[in-house]
Amino acid sequence: MSTETGETETNEVETSESSEVALEDVFGSAIERREDPALITGEAEYTDDIQRPNMAHMAVLRSQYGHAKIEDIDTSAAEAMDGVIAVYTATDIEEAGTPGDLPVGWLLPSLKTPSHPILAGDRVRYQGDGVAVVVAEERYLAQDALDAIDVEYDRLDAVVDPKEAVEDDAPAIHEWSEDPTDTETEDDGEAEEVPPNVAFDWEIGDADATDDAFANAAHTVDIDLTNQRLIPNAMEPRATVAEYLPGTEELEVHMTSQNPHLHRQLMAAVLDVPEHKLHVVAPEVGGGFGSKIHHYPDEALTAWCARELERPIKWTATRTETYLTDAHGRDHRTHAELAMDEEGTVTGMRVDTYAGMGAYLSTFAPSIPTYLYGTLLSGQYDIPAIHCQVTGAFTNGAPVDAYRGAGRPEALYVVERLMNLGAKEVGMDPAEFRRHNFIPSDDFPHETPVAVVYDSGDYEPALDKALDMLDYDELRERQEELREEGRYLGIGFSSYIEACGLAPSELAGQLGAQAGLWESGVVRVHPSGKVTAFCGTSGHGQGHETTFAQIVSRELGVPYEDIEIVEGDTDEIPQGMGTYGSRSAAVGGSAIATSSQKVVEKARKIAAHQLEAAEDDLEFEGGEFSVSGAPDRAMTIQEVAQQAYLAHDVPDDLEPGLEETSFFDPENFVFPFGTHAAVVEVDPESGEISFERYAAVDDVGNQINPKIVEGQVHGGIAQGVGQALYEGAEYDSNGSLMTGSMQDYAVPKAEHIPEMDTDSTVTPAPQNPLGVKGVGEAGTIAAPQAVVNAVCDALEPFDVDHIDMPITPEKIWNAAENDDSQEEI
Amino acid sequence: MYPPEFDYERADSVDHALELMDEHAGEEIELLAGGHSLLPTMKSGLASPDVLIDIGHIEALQGVETNGDGFSIGALANYADVDDSPEVWEGATAFADATHRIGDVQVRNRGTVGGNIAHADPASDLGGALLASNGTVVAQGPDGEREIPADDFYLGMYATALEPEELLTRIELPETGENDVGAYAKKPSPSSGYPIVGVAAVLHTDGEEIESARVGANNIMDHGVRLTPTEEALAGEPLEEETMEEAAEVATDELDDVMMMEDLQASAEFRAQLTRVYTKRALLGALDRLESAPPAAAD
Repeated sequence: MSTETGETETNEVETSESSEVALEDVFGSAIERREDPALITGEAEYTDDIQRPNMAHMAVLRSQYGHAKIEDIDTSAAEAMDGVIAVYTATDIEEAGTPGDLPVGWLLPSLKTPSHPILAGDRVRYQGDGVAVVVAEERYLAQDALDAIDVEYDRLDAVVDPKEAVEDDAPAIHEWSEDPTDTETEDDGEAEEVPPNVAFDWEIGDADATDDAFANAAHTVDIDLTNQRLIPNAMEPRATVAEYLPGTEELEVHMTSQNPHLHRQLMAAVLDVPEHKLHVVAPEVGGGFGSKIHHYPDEALTAWCARELERPIKWTATRTETYLTDAHGRDHRTHAELAMDEEGTVTGMRVDTYAGMGAYLSTFAPSIPTYLYGTLLSGQYDIPAIHCQVTGAFTNGAPVDAYRGAGRPEALYVVERLMNLGAKEVGMDPAEFRRHNFIPSDDFPHETPVAVVYDSGDYEPALDKALDMLDYDELRERQEELREEGRYLGIGFSSYIEACGLAPSELAGQLGAQAGLWESGVVRVHPSGKVTAFCGTSGHGQGHETTFAQIVSRELGVPYEDIEIVEGDTDEIPQGMGTYGSRSAAVGGSAIATSSQKVVEKARKIAAHQLEAAEDDLEFEGGEFSVSGAPDRAMTIQEVAQQAYLAHDVPDDLEPGLEETSFFDPENFVFPFGTHAAVVEVDPESGEISFERYAAVDDVGNQINPKIVEGQVHGGIAQGVGQALYEGAEYDSNGSLMTGSMQDYAVPKAEHIPEMDTDSTVTPAPQNPLGVKGVGEAGTIAAPQAVVNAVCDALEPFDVDHIDMPITPEKIWNAAENDDSQEEI
Repeated sequence: MYPPEFDYERADSVDHALELMDEHAGEEIELLAGGHSLLPTMKSGLASPDVLIDIGHIEALQGVETNGDGFSIGALANYADVDDSPEVWEGATAFADATHRIGDVQVRNRGTVGGNIAHADPASDLGGALLASNGTVVAQGPDGEREIPADDFYLGMYATALEPEELLTRIELPETGENDVGAYAKKPSPSSGYPIVGVAAVLHTDGEEIESARVGANNIMDHGVRLTPTEEALAGEPLEEETMEEAAEVATDELDDVMMMEDLQASAEFRAQLTRVYTKRALLGALDRLESAPPAAAD
């Protein structure tokens, strides 16, 4: 596949070394990431790099079947092997009196929560379900011993498609304690039978108002689409090193975590360890994309074995285990409809989705296809009536949970595919149809019919910028000319919105979250004036050590080089919620900024006292307090820090020291938005696609570090293009994963990714002190439908309305080949 | 998921390798050359040999040599050895082109031509090129040396005419004439990089007309195959784009539909379509190359 790129100028951001940047410019500059030298040279320590004296290794025996009863497990041969220390099954966990059941962190009213044991007892429900663990002196030996365990299975019928899973004749995956078919009471009092694989039924919006909109519509369009199951591919597989200290009864767990405090809280319950005796550390973590948020069986099992054997234990997933057991993403089957009036104004949207949950409910799984999906279906548009119904379905697959974007890519894919069909139906240009339906810039805050209030937005400038970047009118003319030559160019838009920095905690609680959504930040100014800041977020590639230091530098006027950032350790940080959902800058960064501001206020009191001036008469700039009108009377913040710790002469009502803590709980989500546009050429004969352009305009509010923003956009688009064209987890009808390795699952390579032209608009977020939004997921949310819309646009002469992702060459060839309208062209 | 224990032997010479093979006859033996196909299959449990005989250090099997009327490619020659040879690019262009398109730089620096051909993976890039280049596989056994023409070499998926006691020692490729040209066109899998379809073409011409052609394809059947209707359609025709397009149309006409490969990457029907498309690209690539001398990688 050739990629026609390089002809266009990209707006690549140039980086600077921090020493070249003036103090007042540190915030907002593209400073080189300070974490990179250690990561690039291999100096950084990941979980698997950790060694402990007398450390043993754990391996997990996993079901090769998608659905089966366990008749018998014989571990005697494995136990007899030299170097094997122990073999454990569910029986051992139970006999030890360990709760051993993974909790669900988000509850919905109709939710059924099956038991999710850390080792399967009498039944396995997906390929990869753990049935036993081996602990051995060597990693190799532990793997070999797995082969010596004899498990007798009685295979059961499996179901892998979420829509088929809730049909009456589908094999039931869980046995409910009540009747095999549960019942629920409808509003009219009549009992309705709920098929056993229904995890929940959930709806949002006004069904009647939406029905009215469709009844009165001049135009309607509808679409059936699949948002395919995806496998996360963090470069570092999940891993755990656990050590039990009998003297203090402490359990220390180093693990690949995006949220060590959450893991501590959950693991404390799963293993019945007092929370204050459990120390969780996330060392360097090599990517997560959501997959390291959740609490899995394996990390708990490693810690359980360490406590049981009183030896340090290491477990590192193989790539095969990663594919089988990391929580997958997406897996929706959706029917969606759009209603419009004569003028092409959207009047209603109706969405019916079946969401695959996999075999068990992963930690935050119920929230993903509900509150992170249905609430975003208004997109950037002023839509009076929306109704969305979601059925969560258990299937014989790996559990599905948050994966980069988490519900929002699924929502925007529906919205932006419908907008393309709507434009075609009413005969408008897709860009102008979008513009026509945008929420006007003077209509913010804007409350949507799906329960969220967009605090800010200004959508037309981003669209206009994208159109300028494409030279859109000229491009449409060229498209026409090329079609006459039998070449098929396509232009696809994605005007996306996302909601990130999920908040506030009170609202999350009302919606079923079993956690708060604030973040903590501690800013400690040392006696020398150097600073260490601690945050409850837990970066794993995002560059927090750089961006958070930029925040502190601006707030305190302390040189960037004098600031250290610490994350990822439950013993160092008060409490934390972690890094996911593009929340770290908006929530964690705000916590650190707030603490920094508190530090300045305390420092001001000390400075005022020592300078014998009123607090209000002090100016603070560039890290120095000075008396208004008498600039010679001044103290630097470093001098204040020294005085704060000497405590020889501080105000009477002030404690010594210079350190502050904040728990920042935002009032609302932040709402990044933008327009992405893909230009592709499609060859109907081979089904191949080549990118001509990819233009991305993102509004993520104020940018702390534009190079890191750019990198996040690039990576997000790469992942979105991966979903659009290459990736897709496939199970066969027995629940066996057919795409179980990189040999068969196409993670996009550099050659598959278009050259990207990025730009931005800046609409600061009104509800946090930094005016920042979030950017970690923007590209992933925006890109798939930009690419799919482009391909469908290219194939318009072939009468193609839709092709499901991943759009493989074979699907394109089939779509073009089966076209009936070809004779007329 | 890791290989169970196995014995390891290192051969110092071809004769030593044959002795070791004899010594371990009756056990499951795998020969280790570059290891690029073997080690992944061992790690994934698809192969669990009792003994690995490492032939990777046998001096006599290294390198690419030019002799009077062709090339002798040692079994242990790396893909990069072939790709780096201007002589092979000039005189066996399709084969050089195919080695150039295998894997990535690391793979080309370590993987061996002999290992690739003896392994007989249907997806190997060299299957079609060996056939199109009219190569000969040379094997050494207890009774001496034996030459196997490419047309008789591939028997099926991972199955060849090599006897268990034989060692593939080199590949002989004839050098093409001044007016001859070749090319390889490949549709790589986005996941593995292996071809979903690969087509190699060698055109013997008088500068204006095609005198004869050999066209070989890999990963469309269970082993490399020649596309004879295309070869026949090319013979005696002028060197024009239209010739190539028409000849590509008939590429799959004599293939048994039932035996066409079908997998997650492509259905049999689409594979047939890709075979026609990539035959056309190989032929047009060869035509383009006639204009440029000496031939070089298209990228």
